[in-house]
Amino acid sequence: MTTITDPKQGQFRLSMLLYDSRYRAITIQIIALIGFLTLIGWLLSNTAQNLAVLSKEPSFSFMFEPSGYDINQRLLDYDSQDTHLRASLIGLLNTLLVAAMGCVAATIIGVIIGVLRLSPNWIVSRLTAVYVEGFRNVPLLLWIVFTMAILIETLPRPSAFRKGEASMSLWDTVAMTNRGIYIPEPLFSRSLGDMHLLGASALRFDVSLDLLALLAVVIAGFLTSILIKRRADIIQEATGLRPRTWHLRLGVVMLPFLLVLTILGFHLGYPELKGFNFRGGIHLRNSLIALWVALSLYTGAFVAEIVRAGILAVSTGQTEAASALGLRPKRTMSLVVLPQALRVIIPPLISQYLNLTKNSSLAIAVGYMDITGTLGGITMNQTGRELEAVLLLMLVYLAISLTISAVMNWYNQSVTLRER
Amino acid sequence: MKKTVFLGALTVAGLAAGVSAAATLEDVKARGKLNCGVVTGLVGFGAPDANGEWQGFDVGFCRAVAAAVLGDPKAVEFVPTTGKTRFTALASGEIDMLARNTTWTLTRDVDLKFEFVGVNYYDGQGFLVTKDMGVSSAKDLDGATICIQTGTTTELNLADFFRANNISYEPVPIETNAEGQQQYLAGACDAYTTDASGLAATRASFEDPSAHVVLPEIISKEPLGPLVRHGDNEWEDIVRWTLNALISAEELGITSANIGELSAAPGSNPEVNRILGTEGNLGEMLGLDADWAKRAIMAGGNYGELFAKNIGESTPIALARGLNAQWKDGGLIYSPPFR
Repeated sequence: MTTITDPKQGQFRLSMLLYDSRYRAITIQIIALIGFLTLIGWLLSNTAQNLAVLSKEPSFSFMFEPSGYDINQRLLDYDSQDTHLRASLIGLLNTLLVAAMGCVAATIIGVIIGVLRLSPNWIVSRLTAVYVEGFRNVPLLLWIVFTMAILIETLPRPSAFRKGEASMSLWDTVAMTNRGIYIPEPLFSRSLGDMHLLGASALRFDVSLDLLALLAVVIAGFLTSILIKRRADIIQEATGLRPRTWHLRLGVVMLPFLLVLTILGFHLGYPELKGFNFRGGIHLRNSLIALWVALSLYTGAFVAEIVRAGILAVSTGQTEAASALGLRPKRTMSLVVLPQALRVIIPPLISQYLNLTKNSSLAIAVGYMDITGTLGGITMNQTGRELEAVLLLMLVYLAISLTISAVMNWYNQSVTLRER
Repeated sequence: MKKTVFLGALTVAGLAAGVSAAATLEDVKARGKLNCGVVTGLVGFGAPDANGEWQGFDVGFCRAVAAAVLGDPKAVEFVPTTGKTRFTALASGEIDMLARNTTWTLTRDVDLKFEFVGVNYYDGQGFLVTKDMGVSSAKDLDGATICIQTGTTTELNLADFFRANNISYEPVPIETNAEGQQQYLAGACDAYTTDASGLAATRASFEDPSAHVVLPEIISKEPLGPLVRHGDNEWEDIVRWTLNALISAEELGITSANIGELSAAPGSNPEVNRILGTEGNLGEMLGLDADWAKRAIMAGGNYGELFAKNIGESTPIALARGLNAQWKDGGLIYSPPFR
């Protein structure tokens, strides 16, 4: 009979770092880490050395110099005497604007197309398949340039409106020109004015008190509406009869809202042809529309496939069970299939949102002044601070992406399956 | 509940390729080709012709430098650059010199670390509009949409001009001249602004140039010239004196027609002899051979010939010499002496 004895506990020897499986993993990791840090260090010192040769020491002070250039689309006030920092902020807001508009539109398009692609109707499912394959398989840049070209070449120029060759659409409220689309803007004749925040700094911004008042009223309306619903629930539980509440709930939201609008003297400002261009109204520039439409349609095709995959991932047994319970197909989709499909849909959807946001930097192709156009374009070019500008740009996109990711992950956790 | 920790990894894009400080001449000789940054396409100044050969005023200067340094005016690799990419291309060493209607400013000279070797075209910023708009002055452009190349001095001048005159405008940023032309012709902008020479060249390429007019106001000084990286003085000298040789050649009557005769033997004019290397050792001082200037002039002719052939009054661009006449004819073109 053999006895198995433990190996003798010897002292630690250096060779054990390599030959002892307990230590080897750690040794390899430490070596890899040292190698990685050396690489980073080499890159940094190389950069610093080469910049020193060019006598261009890294400095971010250029951000506080006057920019000297104008930006056409600005969500905050800005002129050429403002700093590069302010110009970058204007660009950042433009990036966020097109990214937000794009994410919303891509989601709507994607869900509709994804559901339709599963339709038993042959024509509908084939048409949506053509859309998905067409958009997925052509580079986004081409779609952006193509959309821009269509807008520029097909829509009438403003001078055509003056000569009477073209006229405004929708009862003379919307002007579609090859410089963009002008839509009516909300105006208040008894406006409460604006609140100026952060003084005269580069990050200053105005908040419209009219908007705040309207938001407050709407939120209050919704809260009241929820109270009414709760009361109806209680009555239903006590008596089995649910009182009719929809007119009350609609009323508490809409009436105060309309009242405030009237008090503030709400009216619409229509675009008018004055001089070379339309004035008044909201000007949706060609570049914004082209970028938004192309980004939404392109990303929408990917979202459609994600939605389709999500729906197919819900087993048919669920649909059959819902039918057996007497649910109509529409309700089956909204109450049974989609909530379960969401668990599959959300994680890949996050990466589509991130893609869309990062792809918005293709704005440069149509001259949309996003942050790549301001900080990474004109500012970089006028100041010659390539390294600093690109570093800042990378940080900004990283921050935006991580924020989107965090928000979407939080939402994902709220829809995941809760196991009990 | 699982907590996700976000770690942002910041990657520093290092300039891995070392930028050599003072060896451009050796690099060019070793390579056997001159990398010259030019425009992406501006007829008369730099654009490929029907055979794919680059032609133009700035291109001609690249060829002159290549002829002086390498002995072959064709030994040029033309690198098309936009208003935005040109400085990065030069600073990173991708190109040896930039000959691309670039305005000499203090910032570019001092802060961006470049050296302008001289001025080969005195220009100013103008506006191109269609005749039927009925605009006679740039000050009538209140509220107009204006196409502008980004990354240029014209962008800053435009902001200053409209600000000084207290009128408004809507800038439409574009990347290249071709893109600006397309947007302007489609009516997506009312006016196109860039250097007046560029406007003349652009207008000449239109189907019906007579329907367009360059407004009389010139809103800025735009001295355009070739430039090189800061720090390599030998190379800077070569490029500078090649430009000066072309200018002096016109002043002294050396043309591509009579250069063979003049360089055969020392003539009566000592300065001509010094330029053509039949007297003195100016070429040696530059680190080149004695025939350097002769080859540069033979590549495309002297300054006046280059001007006349590419952008002069007999071409469709039809630019008058104006400020760009020799100083003896009342212009600003002036070369320091070859001595």
